[in-house]
Amino acid sequence: KSSVQTIGEEQIQNPYTELLVLKGHQDIVRFLVQIDDCRFASAGDDGIIFIWNAQTGEKLYELHGHTHKITAIAPFSSSDVTEEETDLIITASADRTVIAWDCASGRQVQKVSCFHSTVKCLTVLQRLNVWLSGGSDLCVWNRKLDLLCKTSHLTDAGISALVELPKNCVAAAVGKELIIFRLIASSNGCEGWNILEVKRLVDHQDNISSLVSVNDLTFVTGSHVGELIVWDALDWTKQASECNFWDSSVHPDVQPEIKLSQSPHETSVQHLTSDEECVFAAVGKGIYVYNLQMKRVIACQRTAHDSSVLHIEKLPNRQLISCSEDGSVRIWELREKQQLPAEPVPTGFFNMWGFGRANKQANQAAKKMHENTPVYFLELVGDLIGHSSAVQMFLYFGELGLATCSADHLIILWKDGERESSLRSLTLFKKLAQNGDLQLRL
Amino acid sequence: MISAPDVVAFTREEELEDDLYREPPLPEEYSVPLFPFSGQGANPWAKVAGSKFTRDFILISEFSEQVGPQPLLTIPDDAKVSGTFDLNYFSLRIMSVDYQASFVGHPPGSAYPKLNFVEDSKVVLGDSKEGAFAYVHHLTLYDLEARGFVRPFCMAYISADEHKIMQQFQELSTEFSKASECLKTGNRKAFANELEKKLKDLDYTRTVLHNETEQQKKANDKGYYTTQAIEKANELASVEKSIIEHQDLLRQIRSYPYRKLKDSEFHPYEPECALDRADMGNDQDLAASDPGETPLYTHVPSYTPKLIKAKSAKCFDKKLKTLEELCDVYFFTQTLDQLHHIERTFRGDVCYLLTEQISRALLKQQSVTNFLFEDVSFLDEKPPEKQYRGCQGLGQDAIDEKCSEESLAPKVVISLGSYKSSVECVPIKMEQEMEDSEEPKMSESLMSEHQENLDYLDADIKGSISSGESIEVLGTEKSGSGLTKSESQASLPVMPSPQAGRSKVGSRRTVSEDSIEVLSTCPSESLIPEDFKASYPSAINEEPYADDDEGGLRFAPRANPGTDDGQDDASKQESLVQVDAACCIRKESPNFLEPLPELGQKPCEEDGVVRIPPQLYRPAEQGLRGGFPCHDGLSAGLLPYELDSRYLSGGREVSKSSLDECSDSTSYISSAASTCSDRTPSPAHLGSAAGDRHRKRAGQNALRFIRQYPFAHPAIYSLLSGRTLVVLGEDEAMVKRLVMALSIFVPNCGTYAKPVKHWVTSPLHLVDFQKWKLIGLQRAMSPAGVNVLHALSRYSRYLSILDADSKTLRCPLYKGTVVARLADHRTQIKRGSTYYMHVQSILTQLCSKAFLFTFCHHLHLPISEREPEESVVSRRMNFLKLQLGLSNEDIKIVQYLAELLKLHYIQEPGQGGNPLLRYDYVPSFLYKI
Repeated sequence: KSSVQTIGEEQIQNPYTELLVLKGHQDIVRFLVQIDDCRFASAGDDGIIFIWNAQTGEKLYELHGHTHKITAIAPFSSSDVTEEETDLIITASADRTVIAWDCASGRQVQKVSCFHSTVKCLTVLQRLNVWLSGGSDLCVWNRKLDLLCKTSHLTDAGISALVELPKNCVAAAVGKELIIFRLIASSNGCEGWNILEVKRLVDHQDNISSLVSVNDLTFVTGSHVGELIVWDALDWTKQASECNFWDSSVHPDVQPEIKLSQSPHETSVQHLTSDEECVFAAVGKGIYVYNLQMKRVIACQRTAHDSSVLHIEKLPNRQLISCSEDGSVRIWELREKQQLPAEPVPTGFFNMWGFGRANKQANQAAKKMHENTPVYFLELVGDLIGHSSAVQMFLYFGELGLATCSADHLIILWKDGERESSLRSLTLFKKLAQNGDLQLRL
Repeated sequence: MISAPDVVAFTREEELEDDLYREPPLPEEYSVPLFPFSGQGANPWAKVAGSKFTRDFILISEFSEQVGPQPLLTIPDDAKVSGTFDLNYFSLRIMSVDYQASFVGHPPGSAYPKLNFVEDSKVVLGDSKEGAFAYVHHLTLYDLEARGFVRPFCMAYISADEHKIMQQFQELSTEFSKASECLKTGNRKAFANELEKKLKDLDYTRTVLHNETEQQKKANDKGYYTTQAIEKANELASVEKSIIEHQDLLRQIRSYPYRKLKDSEFHPYEPECALDRADMGNDQDLAASDPGETPLYTHVPSYTPKLIKAKSAKCFDKKLKTLEELCDVYFFTQTLDQLHHIERTFRGDVCYLLTEQISRALLKQQSVTNFLFEDVSFLDEKPPEKQYRGCQGLGQDAIDEKCSEESLAPKVVISLGSYKSSVECVPIKMEQEMEDSEEPKMSESLMSEHQENLDYLDADIKGSISSGESIEVLGTEKSGSGLTKSESQASLPVMPSPQAGRSKVGSRRTVSEDSIEVLSTCPSESLIPEDFKASYPSAINEEPYADDDEGGLRFAPRANPGTDDGQDDASKQESLVQVDAACCIRKESPNFLEPLPELGQKPCEEDGVVRIPPQLYRPAEQGLRGGFPCHDGLSAGLLPYELDSRYLSGGREVSKSSLDECSDSTSYISSAASTCSDRTPSPAHLGSAAGDRHRKRAGQNALRFIRQYPFAHPAIYSLLSGRTLVVLGEDEAMVKRLVMALSIFVPNCGTYAKPVKHWVTSPLHLVDFQKWKLIGLQRAMSPAGVNVLHALSRYSRYLSILDADSKTLRCPLYKGTVVARLADHRTQIKRGSTYYMHVQSILTQLCSKAFLFTFCHHLHLPISEREPEESVVSRRMNFLKLQLGLSNEDIKIVQYLAELLKLHYIQEPGQGGNPLLRYDYVPSFLYKI
C-alpha cells in the first residue's frame, strides 16, 4: 500500500554498522547541537541539557536549570580574540529564561529571566560576538549576557526563525512576514548596538516555517503551504519562487503520482538545507532538490518517508540524510540519471494519465532543457532503524558518525563499525604497550 | 575449557576388538596401544571392587579415654553411605596412626603443666582389606576434665580410590585444616571459659578454706596445730597451687598465636572478638599474674562458684563432654558446614577432579579470553592456591622415562616431595625372601637401569610381599621421610621411583590380606606459624627438618615413633647411600620443582596407556597470561604450528568422529565402570553442583535441538556472530527450554551474566538487543501481541527469529564449517554433559583463534607508516582465511569474538562501558523444517 521506496536488508553503501544508545533524557529530545569536533549537546522537553562525547558516547555533563522544556539552543564558541573565554551553550526554555552554560566545566554561567514571552529562537552572530534571542521581540545580548538593545514588541506569536545576513543584518520570520533588521553600532559606547527594522517582506501566503541562508548572496524561506522563495541577501528582493511542490505535473522528470487530496500539512516546508548550488527541502513526506542556477526542482522523492520529514542535511559526498516522524533515518544519494541524448521524451506517456494536454508546453520546455543538462534523481542507499518514535533531529559528525535524537527519549550514535573496530585495535595496542604486556613472556 | 574427554586417549577394549577390526583403522597418530594389564581389568581406572561403602564419606572419630577409639559421626550422615563398612574397626585403625601424640602435662623442666599447641597431623592411610583409603587429619582438643587436658580426635576422608586421596592430598589438607581450625578455635574458647569457671571455683574454695583455717586458728589457742588444721593447710596449699596452675593454663590458651589465621581466607569468626569474650570473665588475680593483659573486665558473668572437693570423681565415672560441648555450638555447626563442603567438593572420580582443577588453573591464566564462554561464577571463584604448589610425580615420570641419569634425581625428589610429602612403601613386617631376591644396595646407575623394568614388576612383587598381617606404612609424617625411605630400600628392591610409590599400589591392594598402609605425609613447615615456633621451642624440636631451607623434603634419618629404634639402626647405613645421593642430586638440579613444559599435555608415553588420570601440574609462570603468542615471529605468516590449518580445520571428519566417540566412551567409563564414589556425578567445580546440573541439562537440550531442527546451524551462527536470536513461542516452557539449549553458544560480552533473557512478554526495543543476545519472547494473540510482532518486524535487521510454534527460522545464511563441527546432528554423543564439553572445546578453539586475531599487531595496524589501509585489510583477511583456516561466515564469528576481546581488554575496570550493538546489512532467509 505504501508507496515509500524501501531498501532491502543488504545495504552495501550504508557505513553505519554499529550503534550506541545514549540514555539520559526523560522526554522527547528535540535538539542536538555540535559544540566542537567531538562534543555535542542535546536538549528536549524534559528541560535537561546533556553534553556528550560523540566518539565514546560518554555522558560528560548533565545540566539542570530549566524548569520547562527547552525551546531553543545555540552554541556560542569562544572567540579568537579573548583566550580565557570558553565555549558556551545558550539555551532558552518555556519557563521564559535563557541560561548560558560553560561547556568545559558544565556549570551554569548566567541566567536571564527578564523575558515577557518564551524565547523561540536563538542565533549567535559570532562575527560581532553577540547573540540574539527571538520571542515576541528581538533582543541583542553580548557574551556576558548584558542586554545591548531590543526591538519593540513585534507580535504575540513571536519570532519563529532567525538567520544572519550580510552587512550586520538578520532576517526574522514572524508569522507570514519576513522582517529584516540591521544592527548598528551605537555612537556612544564601544560595545553598544542599536537594532533597526529595515524591511518587511510579505510574499508568503502562510506562516514561514523555515529559513536558511545559502551563501552571502542568497537566503531561502519556506512556508507551511509549500512555498519556497529564494531571496537576494543584499537587497532582499525575491529571486525566484517555487510553490507547487505537490503538483506532479510541474515536474515532468519525476514519475507522476495521482493524489486527490493534499492536506496543507503534507506540503509544509519543514526544513531547508543547502549547499552552494542546491537547496534541499523537506516538504511533507518528501524531499526536493531545488537547483538555484536552474531555478527549478531537479530531483525529488515525493514520499521519502512514511510521515513528515523533520530534518534533512546534505553531506559532503553528494549524500543527503533525512529523518522523519516515522522513526527512521534515511540516507540518499543524488545521482545523475544515465540518459541517452538520442532518446526522445515519451510524450505519449502523459496522455495515458490524462496530463498530456496540460503539460504539453512544459514538457517541451523540459525537453529542451534536458538536452544540455543532466537529470538527477535521489537514490536510497541506506536506512537506519532504531528509534521507536519520531526522529526529531540528527547531527552529522563526519567520520565519528551520526547522532540522532528522538521522541522515544533516546539518542543514538550511529557509527562505522569498521572504523570503530580499527580504533579499538589501536587503543588495545596502546594499552598493551602501557601495561608492558608487549614483552614476550617465555 | 579443557575437558576430560579431550585429554583421555582412546583405548581399545578387548571385547570391542572384533568390531574395531571391521571399522577403518584409526590413523596412526590417534591410536594408543592396548593397556598392558588388560587381563586384570580392562579399564585402567577400575577401582578395587572390594569397598563396602557406596561413596566417599567423612568420618569423625575420637580416641576416648574411656572406651577407646569410637566413631562419632559421618558426613553425609546416611547409613547407606557407609553401608556394611565397619566404622568401629576403621576408627581403631585411623586413631592408631597418630604419630603426633602430643605431650601435655608436666614437662621435665617445668613446674606447671604445659599446653602444647600441637599442629594437626595429616596422614594418608590405606586398608586394602576394606578397600578403603583415607586421608586422616588428627587433632587434639582441650578438655579440662580429660587426661592431660587433651582429647584426641580425627577427621578422615574415606574413599575407595587411593589415587584420589594421594593426588588431592594438598587440597584435602587445606580444607580439613580449615575445619580443624574452626573446631580448635571453638574449643579454645570453650576451654578458656571452662578454666575461668574452674578458677572461680578454686578461688571460692580457697576463700572458704582460708576462713575455716582462720577460724580454727582463733579457736585454737593451744599453740600447736591439730592434724585437722594441718590437713586444712595442705588442702589450702594444694588449692593455691591449683589456682596458679590453672591461671597459667588460661594464660597459655589465650596466648595462642592467632596470627596464622590471617593468611588464610577462612575466617569462621573474628579472633579479636573471641579473645575479648574469653577475657570477659577474667578477674583481678589473673590480671596481676599476666601483665600483658589489660584488666578491663567490668562485666562479670553470672556464674556461682562451687566448692571444689579435694578429690575429683573417678575418671570412669564422669561423663565426657561431647564434641559439640567441647567446641561451642556455633563453631561446631561451622565445622560441619565446612565438612559438608569438603564432601561435596571431592565427590566423584579423581580423574574428573583433576581435569577440572587443571582446566580451572589454565582458564585462570587465560584472563584475556576466558570470559567469553566460561561460567561467570567459575571465574570469580578463587581456586585453592595449593594446587599450584606441588607438582606431581607421575606426570613427570611419564615424560622422564627416557631421560638420563640426571633426570632420575629430580624424579625421585619430586615423587617424594610432591605436596611435601613422601610416598613410599614400608611394610613393617618385612618378608625375608624378598630381601634375597634383589640386591638391597644398588648403585645409582643400576637404579636407573632397573627403572623401566621395575615399572611393572613392582606390582607383582609388592603384591606377593604384602601379605598376612603386614602393615604398610607408605610414608609417615614428620619423622617419616628419612626413615621410611631407608626402610623401603632395606626391605624392598624398590627404587625410589614414583612408579613404585604410587601407581602400583592399586593393583597390589587386591592381594594383600589384612594390612594398613599408611601412605604418607608430613605437615609442611609452612603450616607452623613463626610465633608459634618462637614461643614453643619444644614443639619445634620435634621437627627434624626445621633447618631445611628449601622446605621441600626431609631426609634426616630420625626414629619413627611407630616403628622405633631397632630397625632404625639396622637400616641406617643402607639408607645413607640413598639419602645422600638423592640429596646431592637434588642440589645439582635446583629446578626440580619446575614442571616441564610438556607436563600435563602428555600424560601417556610409549607403552603407558593412559594409566594415570590427568595430573595436577603447576602452570608455568610464563603462561598464557596476557602474553603474546610471539607476535614477532608471526609477521608475514610465520606462525607456530598450532596455526597450521590442517591441524585446526583440516581432517576434521577424523578428529570429530574420534573425539565424539572418545568423549562418549570415556564419560561412560568414568561414570559406570568405576566401582566406587562415582555414582554420584562429579561436581562441575568446587561447590557448584547446580551449575553442573544446568550444564548437563543445557547440553542435553542443545543436543535435542540440533537433532530436531535442521536449521540449527544458522541459528547457532547467529548467536556466535552476535546477532540477537529471538525464540518466539506461545508455550513458555518450550521457549525456555530452547533458550536454555541455545544459551551454551552465546558468548559473554563481559564478566557479567550471560546476555540471555529467558522470557519476555513486552515488545522489544533496540536497547534490548544491546543487552541480550538470546531472548525468549511470548507470542500472544492480544493487541499487545501485535505490537510485539510489529517490533520484531521493525527491528528485523538486528534479529534472527526462531519461531518455536511454526518451526521456522528467519536469519542470515551460513556457509561456514565451524558450526557444522559444533552441532552435527548425526553426532554420536549421547550425554548432555559430554556434548557440553564438546561444545566448550570447539568454542575454546574459536577463542584461541580470536585471541590470535585480536592480538596480532600487524593485522590491525600498518607495519610501516606509508602502508595503505587496504594492504592491512587484505593482510587481515588473508590471516583469517589462510592462517586461521576460516571460511565464509566463520570469519564473522571470529571477528565478533575479537571485537568482544578488544572491548573487554580496553574497558577500564571501574566503568561498565557502553554496550554497543554491531550489526550487518545482510539479507535474511526463512528456513522451514
